[in-house]
Amino acid sequence: MAVNSRGRRALVLTSVLGLVFGAAACSGGDSGSENNASSADCAPYEQYSGHDGKTVSIYASIRDTEADLLQESWKKFEDCTGIKIDYEGSGEFEAQLQVKVDGGNAPDLAFIPQPGLLKRFADAGKLKAAPDATKASAEANYSKDWLAYSTVNGTFYGAPLGSNVKSFVWYSPKKFQEKGYTVPKTFQELMDLSDKIAAGGEKPWCAGIESGDATGWPATDWIEDLMLRTGGPDVYDKWVTHQIPFNDPAVVKAVDQAGAILKNPKYVNGGYGDVKSIATTSFQEGGLPIQDGKCYLHRQASFYANQWPQGTNVAEDGDVFAFYFPTIDPAQGEPVLAAGEFTVAFADRPEVQAVQNFLATPEYANGRAKLGNWVSGSKGLDVNNVKNPIDKLSVEILQNPKSTLRFDGSDMMPAAVGAGTFWKGMVDWINGKSTQDTLNFIEQSWK
Amino acid sequence: MTTTTPVATAGAAVSADSPRTAVGRVRKRLNSPIATAASIVIAVVWTIPTFGLLVSSFRPERQIKGNGWWNAFTDPQFTLQNYQDVLFGRSSSSGQLASYFINSLVITIPSVLFPLAFCSLAAYALAWMNFKGRDWIYISIFALQIVPLQMALVPLLSFFSRGVTLGGITLLPAWGLTGSEKYIQVWFAHTCFALPLGVFLLHNFVSQLPKDLFEAARVDGASHPRIFRTIVLPLITPSLAAFGIFQFLWVWNDLLVALIFAGGTKETAPLTVRLAELAGTRGNEWQRLTSGAFVSIVVPLIVFLSLQRYFVRGLLAGSVKG
Repeated sequence: MAVNSRGRRALVLTSVLGLVFGAAACSGGDSGSENNASSADCAPYEQYSGHDGKTVSIYASIRDTEADLLQESWKKFEDCTGIKIDYEGSGEFEAQLQVKVDGGNAPDLAFIPQPGLLKRFADAGKLKAAPDATKASAEANYSKDWLAYSTVNGTFYGAPLGSNVKSFVWYSPKKFQEKGYTVPKTFQELMDLSDKIAAGGEKPWCAGIESGDATGWPATDWIEDLMLRTGGPDVYDKWVTHQIPFNDPAVVKAVDQAGAILKNPKYVNGGYGDVKSIATTSFQEGGLPIQDGKCYLHRQASFYANQWPQGTNVAEDGDVFAFYFPTIDPAQGEPVLAAGEFTVAFADRPEVQAVQNFLATPEYANGRAKLGNWVSGSKGLDVNNVKNPIDKLSVEILQNPKSTLRFDGSDMMPAAVGAGTFWKGMVDWINGKSTQDTLNFIEQSWK
Repeated sequence: MTTTTPVATAGAAVSADSPRTAVGRVRKRLNSPIATAASIVIAVVWTIPTFGLLVSSFRPERQIKGNGWWNAFTDPQFTLQNYQDVLFGRSSSSGQLASYFINSLVITIPSVLFPLAFCSLAAYALAWMNFKGRDWIYISIFALQIVPLQMALVPLLSFFSRGVTLGGITLLPAWGLTGSEKYIQVWFAHTCFALPLGVFLLHNFVSQLPKDLFEAARVDGASHPRIFRTIVLPLITPSLAAFGIFQFLWVWNDLLVALIFAGGTKETAPLTVRLAELAGTRGNEWQRLTSGAFVSIVVPLIVFLSLQRYFVRGLLAGSVKG
């Protein structure tokens, strides 16, 4: 009898499974052909046609609402060309991409945010060189600075996609107006303002560098920004490529300059406590005390705009906004620390190249910008298409001919340093280790 | 049977006279008031983080991000917004955990049933069938537990996507699985990774069944399949349930294997993969994580609570010799 009831149970299980599969199959098949869009609408996509029914897979670290916007941005392209784009975003992108590529399961396209990682795949012969059309439109629309980051040994692998500007200081325009503070235009003014706020018994700066297993990265951005300001772009390049040691006096100077703010007990950590609380405050929360008036300045990238709670007005006359992190010596131009992703290909099928070409065009950049929450370094991007004030400011800075653009240095260093000892060193530094000792430690790890 | 499960007997007769076995003595000592108090303290301390998560999941975004969950007692502000977001979010990104729930079930159920079937068959064969090299096979299966599954990820992925080629001869072609066929990869992977522990656990249990049973059945002319079906299976139900729960919890909570073999697309990704993405590209929406976690906890809780008596009994039965 026992056998009988077991058998019955198995039957029930299989039928349940069957149902579940049926449901899964149904939900999977919703991408019906809606290729009856009017031909006039599809005219701009004419050049990409001829790949109807093909699928291109894209893998990236962009997810959630931003991934929604991405998928919306190429919806028209899909409808008109018949190419289906399978997008997958993952928080474990960097590690997973390596596994996928090693396992022979590489995506067709990937948006890689680290030039260092891109170089590693290129050196291993996994990447396909960018098609000519991508190269042509990238050269026409991006500055040489940008293109250099996706060029390895003279081969160009892919155009930049989105980007963000890191040289920003967040503040509250409302509070500034109340207290009569003005946005500082030079580094000296910034320090004077900090002193002025500190003299009133308040802490001007707040910061947070906790970020799970990436704890420390916000502090590396601080150092990079100050390297650009105290040493200039040339020294910065030498530092990033290890032509000067990590404990070079030029780096010591930059780190000490950052320490003048981050390790000054009078300046930090507004809303959270003493200097050491920086290490335990998450980067997402680092700047939030600005809203409550417990802190006035927070250096963080343009993407910090997403961190403010819903309903916060991020605008020049709103609740919070950001100003350009002023430079020390304006004669050297205005250094801008930026980051972004590059569209690289692991396959060179014609439909993959069609998608890659499309993503490199200014038309795509403008289309994507219109959806909101996006910045690109493309010269073909019309500022009027950019929605958010902070994104607008970012685009203006990126397109400003006076700007000297440099990519986030820790993303270009070998992973063991840029995503390892540099992060760890910064945490120790915040916790009281001396600048020289910290830099010696990082230098030692860079072989 | 009674001699092999001393805990069950001790548990049934707590107030029995001086216990005979070591386990019984330990149990007796643990029954003192001090031990009880200590275990209550441990339980409370252990539960506080989970409780904090639960409280957090009902707090508004601004509160979650601004201060700790204990402030909810002095300044009670509660909302169902987080649950609304993760369960029925309008945009394709902000939740819709419901559909991933189904994916999780589709992944988990076969990934529990396959190992159960294979492990119990293997355990029976290794315990009661006489063939050459039996002990060596058992030892090597046991030893496989030492190999971390992370080491097998890339080779296994390559096995699916490239097939097996030896010296230019294709032994197995690439599987070429796409879309929802990727479930097969996940089932395969989970089954492989479950086998060593499963075979070991069930073998311990099966080998302790009294020899007389098998001899009697053999005399009556029962074949191996028949003995397995009518004698072994009904007798090892507790340990099957125990291993089943074990495997269920592990597969349900697994992120790594699913991420690699099922991918992150809506067709195949389980709850855990979705949860990991829920916080947004830069972790800006992490207030959703607490409610998302509680949604995903529901099923394991039900499974565990309804089967937990088997869990304790079955695991001990497999490991403790009377």
